[in-house]
Amino acid sequence: MPHDGPSQAKAASAAASRIAAAQETKRQRLRLVIRAAGMLPVLLLLCVGFHFLSDSRFFTGQNLGIVLQQAAVNTVLAAGMTFVILTGGIDLSVGSILAAAAMAGLTVSKLPDVGSLWLPVAVLTGLVFGVINGALIALLRLPPFIVTLGSLTAVRGLARLLGADTTVFNPAIPYAFIGNASLTLIPGVASIPWLSVIALLVILISWLVLRRTVLGVHIYAVGGNESAARLAGIKVWGVLIFVYGVSGLLAGLGGAMQAARLYAANGLQLGQSYELDAITAVILGGTSFVGGIGSVWGTLIGALIIAVLSNGLILTGVSDIWQYVIKGLVIIGAVALDRYRLQGSART
Amino acid sequence: MSGPILEMRGVSKFFFGIAALRNVDLTVYAGEIHALMGENGAGKSTLMKILSGAYTPDPGGEIRIEGRPARIDGPLGGRAAGISIIYQELSLAPNLSVAENIYLGREISRTGLLARDLMRAGVGPMLDRLGADFTPQTLVGHLSMGQRQLVEIARALHARSKILIMDEPTTALSAGESERLFALILQLRAEGLAIIYISHRMDEVYALGDRVTVLRDGRLVGSLDKPEIRADTIVRMMVGRDVSSFYKKDHDPQARRGPPVLAAVDIADGRRVKGCSLTVHAGEVVGLAGLIGAGRTELAHLIIGASPMTSGHIEVEGRAVTIRTPGEALDAGIAYLTEDRKALGLFLDMSCLDNINLAVLGRDAKLGYILDRDKARDCANRAFATLGIRAANVGVTAGGLSGGNQQKVLLSRLLATTPKVLILDEPTRGVDVGAKSEIYSIIDNSAKSGTAILVISSDLPEIIGICDRVIVMRAGRIAGEIAQGATSPLNQEDIMAFATGPERLDAS
Repeated sequence: MPHDGPSQAKAASAAASRIAAAQETKRQRLRLVIRAAGMLPVLLLLCVGFHFLSDSRFFTGQNLGIVLQQAAVNTVLAAGMTFVILTGGIDLSVGSILAAAAMAGLTVSKLPDVGSLWLPVAVLTGLVFGVINGALIALLRLPPFIVTLGSLTAVRGLARLLGADTTVFNPAIPYAFIGNASLTLIPGVASIPWLSVIALLVILISWLVLRRTVLGVHIYAVGGNESAARLAGIKVWGVLIFVYGVSGLLAGLGGAMQAARLYAANGLQLGQSYELDAITAVILGGTSFVGGIGSVWGTLIGALIIAVLSNGLILTGVSDIWQYVIKGLVIIGAVALDRYRLQGSART
Repeated sequence: MSGPILEMRGVSKFFFGIAALRNVDLTVYAGEIHALMGENGAGKSTLMKILSGAYTPDPGGEIRIEGRPARIDGPLGGRAAGISIIYQELSLAPNLSVAENIYLGREISRTGLLARDLMRAGVGPMLDRLGADFTPQTLVGHLSMGQRQLVEIARALHARSKILIMDEPTTALSAGESERLFALILQLRAEGLAIIYISHRMDEVYALGDRVTVLRDGRLVGSLDKPEIRADTIVRMMVGRDVSSFYKKDHDPQARRGPPVLAAVDIADGRRVKGCSLTVHAGEVVGLAGLIGAGRTELAHLIIGASPMTSGHIEVEGRAVTIRTPGEALDAGIAYLTEDRKALGLFLDMSCLDNINLAVLGRDAKLGYILDRDKARDCANRAFATLGIRAANVGVTAGGLSGGNQQKVLLSRLLATTPKVLILDEPTRGVDVGAKSEIYSIIDNSAKSGTAILVISSDLPEIIGICDRVIVMRAGRIAGEIAQGATSPLNQEDIMAFATGPERLDAS
């Protein structure tokens, strides 16, 4: 064996492992980009497709405003749902909480003197229900699916009780502008509905909490490995109460947004099956159903996809019945595509 | 003896231009136990995956089974070619019965209905032959790890495999279960099976191996026949250098002798731990030995508040502390390294950076809540440098690292909290030789800097190699304590005498 044999081999293997490491980082970075971009290409494709199919009626200022407005409430609910699903849980009660919060808000808005307090009342109503969900899940260790399935029904009943099972109207509700007015960006050229401004703010704040705070890392940790999180000294119960509290709070905010938009609320009808749209948005956004992986920006894209689909199908004149079928298939197809692309990652 | 049952010649496997396996030869005969050794990343698992059909080897190499060229395609290809693999993480369905598991994927049906009776009857003789103490109807979830392994072996035999590959089969087994497994392996060898045995444990390779093949960096280093098998030779072949002092014990346990840093006083959980007291001083490494099931991990869990104590109390630096959760243990300065790093330690989808900083995020945060990302990055980079963690950068996910590097990441998380007491539960389990010796250095350095360290280990040479004092548990109690004297070094016989014990201690 030549004298420099081993050292040469060592150098070669070191070089090879360096290249391997560099390639691995590149691949990881690419995977992150794909994760982050996620369904964005699908969203853009849908927009462009509908634009052509609808004789160029999609990309108009007015229509885009409508899409954004329609996406707003679901975006807010889905942001809360992202917190919950990141911990590996689920919140089926957001539609009912939204209805109860809207009913509570409208009822207060009709009271003399304190009417303008209706907005915080609505949001707090949501928070209270959310914290109750969270406490049952975290402290009694009940499965999230069961607890929120129960509150889906129970809170719906409370929402009906709040208005004595009637529709509550208030044409003079304070802060009505958030439901129907727009924030002017450039006078006469560009404006954005207040509902969408709120939704974007919610996404931004959610992102800050998830990515820039200690609590955010703890949320990902609990979703990634709950037992390890507990052993690492994380107060898992606190994290769980927080995420269900956030989900409830944002459902309350969604209720307030709906109330301001409609000047009315009905405990029976408002928010029916909203939880499904919120869950769909989160899953479309690439958040793992078992927890630990995902981002709230993906959720925003998911919510926009749902809104664009509804809007586009109406623009192209597809019948209401077929809209259901197409929406369902697009959702399954989009997620299938996503999973297929991400097959290399540790889990889905 | 006739020709080899398995012959691999010049088998290579490249991933994106990187060699995972380069020109490797392997010859295995029927009726032989062939130990395959190498550090993590040496190419053992790639070789196994080629034999199982999970990977296709690069063109140019040749695999012959019983002298005939064999093509192993797809996940079932290995089994079709007569090769069965028993993985470290067993692949059984715990909710199904033994018979159903053995027939999984090849169920017998009669007119479209599952023929459970036929399946049971088919499995029975096999279980008898292996000396199983359970029936075909038993649910796998009710079996111990050792019994589950038996089911895996039965499944392999049932598929008429001629080559059985076992990947670290004793990792999850108790000493007694391991003994029974060894007896079974020898029986299978006598019956003419070829067994490829992958293990990090030198004593197992001594006891079982007829031949040893060592891989390093994807290459074949060489094969040794039985008379040539020696620990130092194998280690040298595996790491490519002499491991001069494998264990490291440079710290002086007397350097900071004072009152104990950790004292557990008569603690019990009413089930597995029956009143245990122990003390650990600053700068001292204390071993906690005992058989599997003696209650060592349960005792550690009581100390750190992972499970509730029914009696007794904990003192840190002489003051009684209340510890109800692992978080409170960390606050009191007690950090615990779990024995099951994947299930209870790491967040495999999270970056090394987050994994390392997880326990100190709150301490380092700005205004108590906002992440200080610069500080976190510094902390992770420092850990990478001091502990020698090998990964492209601190941003890669922990799940992609080798066992040794994962363990070091987890250790970094504990060390970042600058604990007064470090409880390490099987710190080198599933870790390759090189990383093992690095972990011993880390432990030694922590002791030098004054940390009180309690090491739980089933590896007696390890305990003797790194500890100053050994506490032995048996059946939930402290059976004895052995201090290292100037003239009386620690030895395995004393420890085992306490651990097994002639009299029953749990008579109460």
